[in-house]
Amino acid sequence: MTEPNSARNATAPMIEMRHVEKFYGPFHALKDVNLTVAKGEKIVLCGPSGSGKSTLIRCINHLESIKSGEITVAGHRLSDSQKAVDAVRREVGMVFQQFNLFPHKTVLENCILAPMRVRGLSRAEAEATGRKYLERVRIGDQAAKYPAQLSGGQQQRVAIARALCMEPMAMLFDEPTSALDPEMVKEVLDTMVLLARDGMTMICVTHEMGFARQVADRVIFMADGAIVEENDPESFFRAPAHARTRAFLGEILHH
Amino acid sequence: MGILELTYLLQGLLWTLLLAAIGFAGGIVFGVIVALMRVSASPWLRIPAIGWIGLFQGTPLLMQLFVAYFGLPLLGFDVPAWAAVSVALTAHASAFLGEIWRGAIQAVPRGQSEAADALGLPARSRMVDVIMPQAFKLSLPATVGFLVQLLKGTSLAAIVGFIELTRAGTIVSNQIYRPLLVFGVVGAMYFALCWPLSLWGRKLEQKMAAATAK
Repeated sequence: MTEPNSARNATAPMIEMRHVEKFYGPFHALKDVNLTVAKGEKIVLCGPSGSGKSTLIRCINHLESIKSGEITVAGHRLSDSQKAVDAVRREVGMVFQQFNLFPHKTVLENCILAPMRVRGLSRAEAEATGRKYLERVRIGDQAAKYPAQLSGGQQQRVAIARALCMEPMAMLFDEPTSALDPEMVKEVLDTMVLLARDGMTMICVTHEMGFARQVADRVIFMADGAIVEENDPESFFRAPAHARTRAFLGEILHH
Repeated sequence: MGILELTYLLQGLLWTLLLAAIGFAGGIVFGVIVALMRVSASPWLRIPAIGWIGLFQGTPLLMQLFVAYFGLPLLGFDVPAWAAVSVALTAHASAFLGEIWRGAIQAVPRGQSEAADALGLPARSRMVDVIMPQAFKLSLPATVGFLVQLLKGTSLAAIVGFIELTRAGTIVSNQIYRPLLVFGVVGAMYFALCWPLSLWGRKLEQKMAAATAK
């Protein structure tokens, strides 16, 4: 889907977190988090609420700042400098639980804003890109509508298209289906599967274990701000090593 | 009251409208600046804005008019009454509109600026393209409400001798000795301006309540 930058080492990890520590006041939100994500790899992050999984991915594009540790994205070392933050955000797309579409802009306008303002595309170029990705998420016919005129599932697909318009090297999903009515979950997951098949590097915070089985290369379980366990989906679901993982899976799979 | 007196009142009305328009236009321009300073992360911008808003919200408009009218000449600015009044009204409106818009900017859901940040939008674009259009819509009822206040507030300019609608009413009333009639007409003129604005503000508010309930 995106052309890898030839100047970059092809074997270098797309996303790397080393010894990341994060606090909210006295609350220790992330405890010595280490994570390496290869190009094209799909990671599913799960865990009970408050376990730090959303915080973890929000640190990757600096929506949250970290206390210590290192985060590198597509060769860009993240720091508090705006330049470093911009370089990382340029490469990483994000999809939110609440969609966060811009309600005063049409679907197409939502998609072209960042390409024009950040990548410097002309309106015509940005619209062509926008239409391409709206088609990709099968919502091209809604381009002229406002977000409020669409269903939740459609809005989330627009949000995915909006992120793709920046042609990112990796995508972060923060519980993308949690705010959706059950009948709309599938259309969003299908879109994400499509994206995964195209080779996008993805980190998905989700409790959709069917999705995890289908596309994840690794499933990571977090609790109390730390990574407790990670494994390929097959082993993860069949033989979880930790008691906490077993308890969690028991909770979410038995209803 | 003859045609002559009525014409005089209408002239005053025109000045009232003009003062309100100047105050409102100036208030919009400087109010945006005050609001942006007020929500800035930098204390060097934020604290002066807090002071500015506090100063004008904490003192009567009448006093602000006095200070501008008598204070500007003391500072070496020899300005006509209408200019002094305009400066005072503009400063007054910038503080109130700045505070209204500060609230509106902060009322735009956090997810909106997070989405803008995640897309890598520069701070300016995040404000201008994403936050301000939504904040403006949120602030419309309160902004219209303040316009009504400002329109009525221009009557205080009479105290420094400026002949707007209220002052014109006083003069006419002193000439024809029929204060009840004259001020009845003056009141009706204010009402004819402010009532439709108030209605408009209320309609906007209802429209927005309906939109959020959806």
